[in-house]
Amino acid sequence: MTKDECKQVVTDIIADIAPDEDLTNLKPDVRLRDQLQLDSMDFLDIVMELRKRYGLEVPEADYLQLASLDSCAEYLTPKFNALPTKH
Amino acid sequence: MNSRTHYDVAIIGAGMSGLAAGIRLAHFGKRVCIFERHHAVGGLNGFYSHGGRRFDVGLHAMTNYVRPGTKGTPLGKLLRQLRIEREEFALCEQRQSRIAFGPHGADTLRFTNDFAVLESEVARRFPAQIDGFRRLTAAIRAHDDVALDAVPHSARQVVREYLSDPLLEDMLFCPLMYYGSATEHDMDFGQFAIMFKALFLEGFARPLDGVRVILRVLLEKYRAAGGERRMKCGVKHIVAHEGRATALTLDHGEDITADHVLSSIGAPETARLIQSGHRGGPPPAPGRLSFVETITILDRPPAELGWGSDTIVFFNDRPRFEYARPDGPVDPRSGVICLPNNFDYGPDAQLAEGIFRCTCLANYERWAHLPEPEYRAAKQHWYEALQRSAQRFLPRLPAPDALARATVTTDMFTPRTITKFTGHLGGAIYGAAEKNRQGRTELSNLYLCGTDQGFLGIVGAMLSGISMANYHILKKG
Repeated sequence: MTKDECKQVVTDIIADIAPDEDLTNLKPDVRLRDQLQLDSMDFLDIVMELRKRYGLEVPEADYLQLASLDSCAEYLTPKFNALPTKH
Repeated sequence: MNSRTHYDVAIIGAGMSGLAAGIRLAHFGKRVCIFERHHAVGGLNGFYSHGGRRFDVGLHAMTNYVRPGTKGTPLGKLLRQLRIEREEFALCEQRQSRIAFGPHGADTLRFTNDFAVLESEVARRFPAQIDGFRRLTAAIRAHDDVALDAVPHSARQVVREYLSDPLLEDMLFCPLMYYGSATEHDMDFGQFAIMFKALFLEGFARPLDGVRVILRVLLEKYRAAGGERRMKCGVKHIVAHEGRATALTLDHGEDITADHVLSSIGAPETARLIQSGHRGGPPPAPGRLSFVETITILDRPPAELGWGSDTIVFFNDRPRFEYARPDGPVDPRSGVICLPNNFDYGPDAQLAEGIFRCTCLANYERWAHLPEPEYRAAKQHWYEALQRSAQRFLPRLPAPDALARATVTTDMFTPRTITKFTGHLGGAIYGAAEKNRQGRTELSNLYLCGTDQGFLGIVGAMLSGISMANYHILKKG
């Protein structure tokens, strides 16, 4: 998975949990919280959906790594690529 | 078939909070089952059929209504967390509501879903208080009311730092207490702030078909997410061993096990189910506040009686408003009138019949043990007393017998009805006075959600189920 693909995965999850937000002009280097109305419940949901859809675990201590799309990509892409491939 | 005997999570009670918790847990892959003693879902916010009609219980109006695009409020959080589209609830806004005080309602404050209306009403009736009212509103807006570790303190004391007129103070407390306070005389400021936002800063709405629309949406989500439920299947005992709930014994004797148990039936009600070798301290006291409600079905919309503008009216005829368990069976001096026809359902939709509901404080003990003939006579007596009392706060009827002539049928619920159908001790709709924000119990894997966890109203009930499922179960993986 590339970093861009990873950003798309996160954007798709946000679109599902916050369908009332407009995601067309999300800036990858700006904190998500500063562009969207996302609270701690929503961030928990991003983590929960990553686990549900991809079996990917984000420990609570690492939630800060999900601040922006760029930081999500930095943090999550290696985790995605380390997942056992499903066949 | 529901034949499983072990679940990741067992939920006791299929009310708003249990269903909301169930949706969250099932959505994230937990094997969940909701156990409900009654044959219908909804709990304190359900509906029942009587003489071919369906009556809502509990719900006068859904509080916390905000228009589309308003973010960061409880309604928005709830919709996101449960993956519900706003349109599914099909909410229609109130016309206007009133707080009417004095023997004939001479002191009034109108409010709508536009907060500026209440603000201008306060400025008109209490010009000397308006600055304080604005500062109080600002303090409430800034208050973090979902913190699970808030320390309780007196709302009356806080409000008096901003307002010096006891009439205005009482007029603001009256609706907030009637729509959710489990404590007499005063509220915790956190609860006051939640209710102030829910009623005044946000507002009232309801689906045309009432609470069943909301329940239908919740049930559909729950089923689609893979949740199970067993109806007419209450939990008789929670078997405890070494500080954990190890099994649930169902009413018909079967035992089931679960890693986590979430109980929505109330704190004292849950404590009573626990069977363990030792007592974990005295169970919390049941709440002291209960209510009666009269429901009058009319052959015409209330507007034809001149009652077309008000959706909800909160009334009180005494010099000071007293929110407390009455000594007698009912206290008809203050209460709440609801005219469900007076929501804005749009030009082409209206309820099939007129409905006039009136709610007053009641004393459970004075109803609980009456023999059947006396119970029926008391209902008749208080039905008439409530009607007379409430009419003082509505526009004068075109003729003195106009209401009686328009009446098709009536019904009334009492504290006894509440306990019979919901299992809540003492008919205490708002539960125990003491709330348990973190929902912990004497057993490490048994948690509370719903009324006694302390988020108020039906939006609060659903958020309670969501928060407890997140906090105790989903966050832990």
